[in-house]
Amino acid sequence: MLNIGSVTEAGKSRNIKTGQWRSFRPTVGDMCNGCGICEMFCPDMSIRIITGKCTIDYDFCKGCGICARECPKDAIKMTEERK
Amino acid sequence: METKKKDYLAPGHRACPGCGTAIGVKLILRVLGEDTIVVSATGCLETFTATYEQSAWDVPWIHSLFENAAAVATGVEAALEMRGEKTKVVVISGDGGTFDIGMGAISGMFERGNNILYICYDNEAYMNTGVQRSGATPFAATTTTTPAGTCSFGKAERKKDMAAIALAHGLDYVATASIAYPRDLMDKVAKALTFQGPKYIQLHAPCCVGWGFEPQETIEVARLAVQTGAVPLYEIENGQMTKVFKVPAKKPALEYLKAQGRFKHLLQDPQCAHAAETVQQICDENIKRYGI
Repeated sequence: MLNIGSVTEAGKSRNIKTGQWRSFRPTVGDMCNGCGICEMFCPDMSIRIITGKCTIDYDFCKGCGICARECPKDAIKMTEERK
Repeated sequence: METKKKDYLAPGHRACPGCGTAIGVKLILRVLGEDTIVVSATGCLETFTATYEQSAWDVPWIHSLFENAAAVATGVEAALEMRGEKTKVVVISGDGGTFDIGMGAISGMFERGNNILYICYDNEAYMNTGVQRSGATPFAATTTTTPAGTCSFGKAERKKDMAAIALAHGLDYVATASIAYPRDLMDKVAKALTFQGPKYIQLHAPCCVGWGFEPQETIEVARLAVQTGAVPLYEIENGQMTKVFKVPAKKPALEYLKAQGRFKHLLQDPQCAHAAETVQQICDENIKRYGI
């Protein structure tokens, strides 16, 4: 039994779309070869390699830009995003 | 390459953009997998993964107080043992809860020999409460409680060697790791799990807010810490140094210092030049001591 102060549902933070925080938006270009370095370094679990290409989940991406900085192919570009 | 591994740290957590700790914990949980119970001390990790009613954990997780994560883990481990269950018990706690506040409980856990993996994510200050210095803060760094100014060059004391303290308890496995080298980190977590009894891993995890650099530079700063010798990466098994992360082309400490706002005064204020030299000395000592 769990009392007050406990959270019973795992991974419930998925309800919070932290993508709203973003002020820079990463976009993946053709140079991406799906090496997976960006996926390793994403602090927000927002990158998956799907069919050999980096795919970004904009619901949660906070736009930190680590993926763009660490990409060896320079395939990810950050552009200012206004909402 | 396709992403196959499931992450047990869920997105939607409230870490700052570019958080080094979140990267580290994600990678650690990939190795630990589902059959794990995580205990955390108070700190950034606890705060950003467990804002009221919203857990970012996909594994069972418990937080009690700042000082007692090791004691809580001991209780969890004892209960599992009573029930004959083999679930892994892992503490993931910050440097404040490890180097300073939790020290007594950790020492007790190490001495009792509980089968627990203790991982400290080391962001080198109390980031959650506003960048106060901790025992893990390096020499000459400016924090809100060791502010650099006309009478001060930042923190006057050196970083506490927590890995050596863990080792002094007779631990079979002690390692240091960095988020800049994920493969090395994940290998160390996997290896630690093969040992019975207490294990200690110290993970260097930069904090862009507290250290003063841009969020996209987190990995770069972590890498510079290793390349300059400021943060040695090594592995000690059964009291013997079995692995040291070698850096063939070492960089001057200055490169690490100039990447961060917390060391800015060392480069701008001529009165602090001696402190910058001491930082280089500390790096040189590490390089010599560990054979980096």
